[in-house]
Amino acid sequence: MNAFAAALAPPLAAVGEVGEGFFKERSSDTLPCQAREGHLFCFDWAKENIGSFGTPTLQHLEIVAISVAAGFATAFALALFAHRRHWLQPPLLAATGVLYTVPSIAFFFLLLPITGLGRDSVIIALSAYTLQIIYRNTLAGLANVPDSVRDAARGMGLTERQILWRVELPLATPEIVAGLRIATVSTVAIATLAVLASGGGLGVKFYTGGNLTFLTSIVIAGAIAILMALAFDVVLLGIQRLLTPWRRAAAG
Amino acid sequence: MTGALLTLVPASFGGAIEFIFEPQSSSVTGGNKVGGLDQVVELTLNQLELTLLALTVSMLVALPLGLYLGHRGTGELLAVGLGNAGRAIPELGLIAFMAAAIGVGWRNIVIALAVLGIPPILTNAFVGIRQVDRAPVDAARGMGMSELAILLRVELPLAIPTVMAGIRGATIAIVATATIAPLAGVLTLGDFIINRNVYGPDGLLAGAILVALLALVLEFSLAGLQRALTSKGLKVSAA
Repeated sequence: MNAFAAALAPPLAAVGEVGEGFFKERSSDTLPCQAREGHLFCFDWAKENIGSFGTPTLQHLEIVAISVAAGFATAFALALFAHRRHWLQPPLLAATGVLYTVPSIAFFFLLLPITGLGRDSVIIALSAYTLQIIYRNTLAGLANVPDSVRDAARGMGLTERQILWRVELPLATPEIVAGLRIATVSTVAIATLAVLASGGGLGVKFYTGGNLTFLTSIVIAGAIAILMALAFDVVLLGIQRLLTPWRRAAAG
Repeated sequence: MTGALLTLVPASFGGAIEFIFEPQSSSVTGGNKVGGLDQVVELTLNQLELTLLALTVSMLVALPLGLYLGHRGTGELLAVGLGNAGRAIPELGLIAFMAAAIGVGWRNIVIALAVLGIPPILTNAFVGIRQVDRAPVDAARGMGMSELAILLRVELPLAIPTVMAGIRGATIAIVATATIAPLAGVLTLGDFIINRNVYGPDGLLAGAILVALLALVLEFSLAGLQRALTSKGLKVSAA
């Protein structure tokens, strides 16, 4: 079912002057590209309408950036807090696991009586979704620091706080960033669902006014979303390299 | 999509619970009742059936491939790369693309959902088998076990936690995305969310509650299944 064809049909039929057989004789080849069923890509339409993807792309970027930043701040703080309090780790893992399991789309609307429809609910739901992977990877990264390194730091007279920030966290950086990358890429993909909660973003180019949009729009928006995920991934990987110069030295 | 209805009548958890158990009159359907336990059960079963069908297809494709590649130790780029790439697929885009390019209906939506389930199962099956300690594998080979027997009776039992984690990840992704299946003509619990003008704000909230519960029930069942499948020896060594 092509939404565009459906939208075009009534106004065309309402024009009384067209001759008998007008609709029968017109083969689908002469219709504008976007009115044809199942046509994968309309270059003319794309050229004319590419500008309309700008705002949704920026909205999408904003939703993802805020959600991941909020999720990272929360999960990182939880992990640091639980790092030396082992009894806290299983209940926190279970709690973040529940938040991860609740489908984002359900989460948007569970917040309906509290924050209503729109971007706030979307951002809360998406950041809750990122907690588990970041929390788990941060804890695992800290736990994987060899005891000998910790002992050496202690022997050099570093305080517990210094050991955490100057020894453990730098060594845990690759695992922390790995979690952040997974969380970010997933969030870019899931944020397309924000449109269902009137939260904007690239989803509006898939689905507007209760209908799926037509293929060209879906293909372009999908490509932008995938490229955005890839770009975030590359940038985060670059940040990790900058933060861990000794790894390059060891590898090279 | 303006949500005018929603701002006029605020949703409440009480109203949503009522919607789940008692049919409510809708302003859109001309007095026909919507919601209620019968419809809730029907849509829940639809979503469950859709999820299990798609999960089965994903497992049939990804498990043998992942286990085989893991056992051979080849194809890491495919198994792990696909897992990473799979996360970048926008769910709504995938469903919209399938519906617009191939058509609506059960078969197409099962395929679309199976596509989402394949990457996590493939990656975890591969990684799980690769991580198995080589000593028991060498011992099994020395005892004269066939390669297939080694894979199924030595490597797979030892890799169960990782393999099951992949299946659980796939299940969560599939059941979550099955919520938007009504866009492609298959009615699931997501109908309460997507056709909110019919069901009203209480129906919308009820849909969210039911979808969340369904996902949690599936996750806890699979976690239980994983515990049952994990060999006693592994549990002892973990404790």
